[in-house]
Amino acid sequence: MTSWHVSVKARIGTFDLDVSLAGDARPVALVGPNGSGKTTLLRVIAGAIEVQQAHVTIGDVVLESTDQNVHVPIERRRVGYVPQGYGLFSHLSVVENVAFGLSHGPNRAPVRERRSCALRVLEDLACGHLADRGVARLSGGEQQRVALARALVLNPELLLLDEPLAALDASRRRAVRSFLAERLKAFSRPSIIVTHDVRDVAAIDAAVVVLHDGRVVQQGLLDTVRANPINDFVAEFVAAG
Amino acid sequence: MARWKGGSALTSMGALFGITLVGLLVLPFLALVISTPAADLRAGTNHPLFAPALLLSLRTTLTSLVVTVLLGTPLAWWLASSRSRIARVTEILVDLPIVIPPAVVGVALLETFGRQGLLGPMLGTIEVSIPFTTGAVVLAQLVVSAPFFVQAAANAFRKVEPDALIVARTLGASPPVAFIRVAIPIAIPGLLVGASLAWARALGEFGATLLFAGNMPGRTQTMPLAIFSALETDVRLAVVFSLVLGAVGVVLLMALRFAPAVRRSVTRSAP
Repeated sequence: MTSWHVSVKARIGTFDLDVSLAGDARPVALVGPNGSGKTTLLRVIAGAIEVQQAHVTIGDVVLESTDQNVHVPIERRRVGYVPQGYGLFSHLSVVENVAFGLSHGPNRAPVRERRSCALRVLEDLACGHLADRGVARLSGGEQQRVALARALVLNPELLLLDEPLAALDASRRRAVRSFLAERLKAFSRPSIIVTHDVRDVAAIDAAVVVLHDGRVVQQGLLDTVRANPINDFVAEFVAAG
Repeated sequence: MARWKGGSALTSMGALFGITLVGLLVLPFLALVISTPAADLRAGTNHPLFAPALLLSLRTTLTSLVVTVLLGTPLAWWLASSRSRIARVTEILVDLPIVIPPAVVGVALLETFGRQGLLGPMLGTIEVSIPFTTGAVVLAQLVVSAPFFVQAAANAFRKVEPDALIVARTLGASPPVAFIRVAIPIAIPGLLVGASLAWARALGEFGATLLFAGNMPGRTQTMPLAIFSALETDVRLAVVFSLVLGAVGVVLLMALRFAPAVRRSVTRSAP
């Protein structure tokens, strides 16, 4: 089973981030008030933000170690990233979005293979019928699936999802939540999900990590956190379900 | 939109003002068309000044446009993505030629590249002389038109979500690949608008070119300068030249307005 470890100590602008986390294939739900550093932490793990002091390992692979002077560039980390709003490439069709990762660099594949591989992942996420549609014409739930397919096509070692359900209305959210839970179970590799909804945590059976002002203030399984919330935010968060 | 008491009177007054302005903008061009008989058009386009001036205009404006896009695109990207004070100051400096009269730009270019100018002696040592050459025409067009491209391109790049670029990088794209395959295509409508504005501005450039490059037929006489020369001898010739230059401007405007829409429809219908 793949284990991972992230340790970050950095000043980013005026924000101090001091976090140490570890886990295995069980998803981790990163929760906390706005501005607590959740998205920043995901970007540091992805390699999009360079920091003064960091150590990131997935399995036996060191992605970042300021002590050992190791910095694997973002494009070689094999980290799948689905940002808030999904970050779909608006000038490309659905299948072109998903095949993007197969069209350059070390994962470059012949054009036909690219398309068939992207179609396979789309079919797997039950959205093969959207393949030739422009991404602007997709619903929120469809966009989420396409973004997930695009992140999964390169078979990443770690999946980072930043509020994957936030852009959906309540009814769509319920359906997409159970879909996401299934997919993460099938993924069976480490994943970190930022969320503001305790129902997401319960659905994906995630371990909870609570961030506040750039620091981990509480972590554990949902029931443990629910039994002993460390502050008002956590109490309200676990009660909301 | 909610209606309020007196709203219709305001709307009528607004419409009147708007129509007046549209009339003022369009009427001169209508006058050009109406006052040009076909015979004059034939005679004007066969005049020895016409073809060299039109070709020089097209050649120099295309050259200045290519240089503007090549140098201006990375600059615009930096202006859009940097939050530093240097970037904000640079942005103001880039915009300067928009607010400075072209004649002042012409004098400033002479003071920079002229024989007695800032860089003149240095250029003299390598036997390079820029003023009153075709190169001077291009340089004058570049200085007056580049700010329009850089401004529009920076605004277009600001609309590219940083997350889209991060995702592209996680999908194996190096920074140049992410820029070329994600940032540029997303920003392309704005880049086209900027390029069209810059080209139109370069095509109409007069003051800086006259002062810095002179008005030599076949060498530095662009269409606006040819109109100026024609006005001194034959007003009807100047009208024909103006009509042709105006038509080129209309074609540019069409390209400016419809290219992004055509591109969108092509993208949508692509398999």
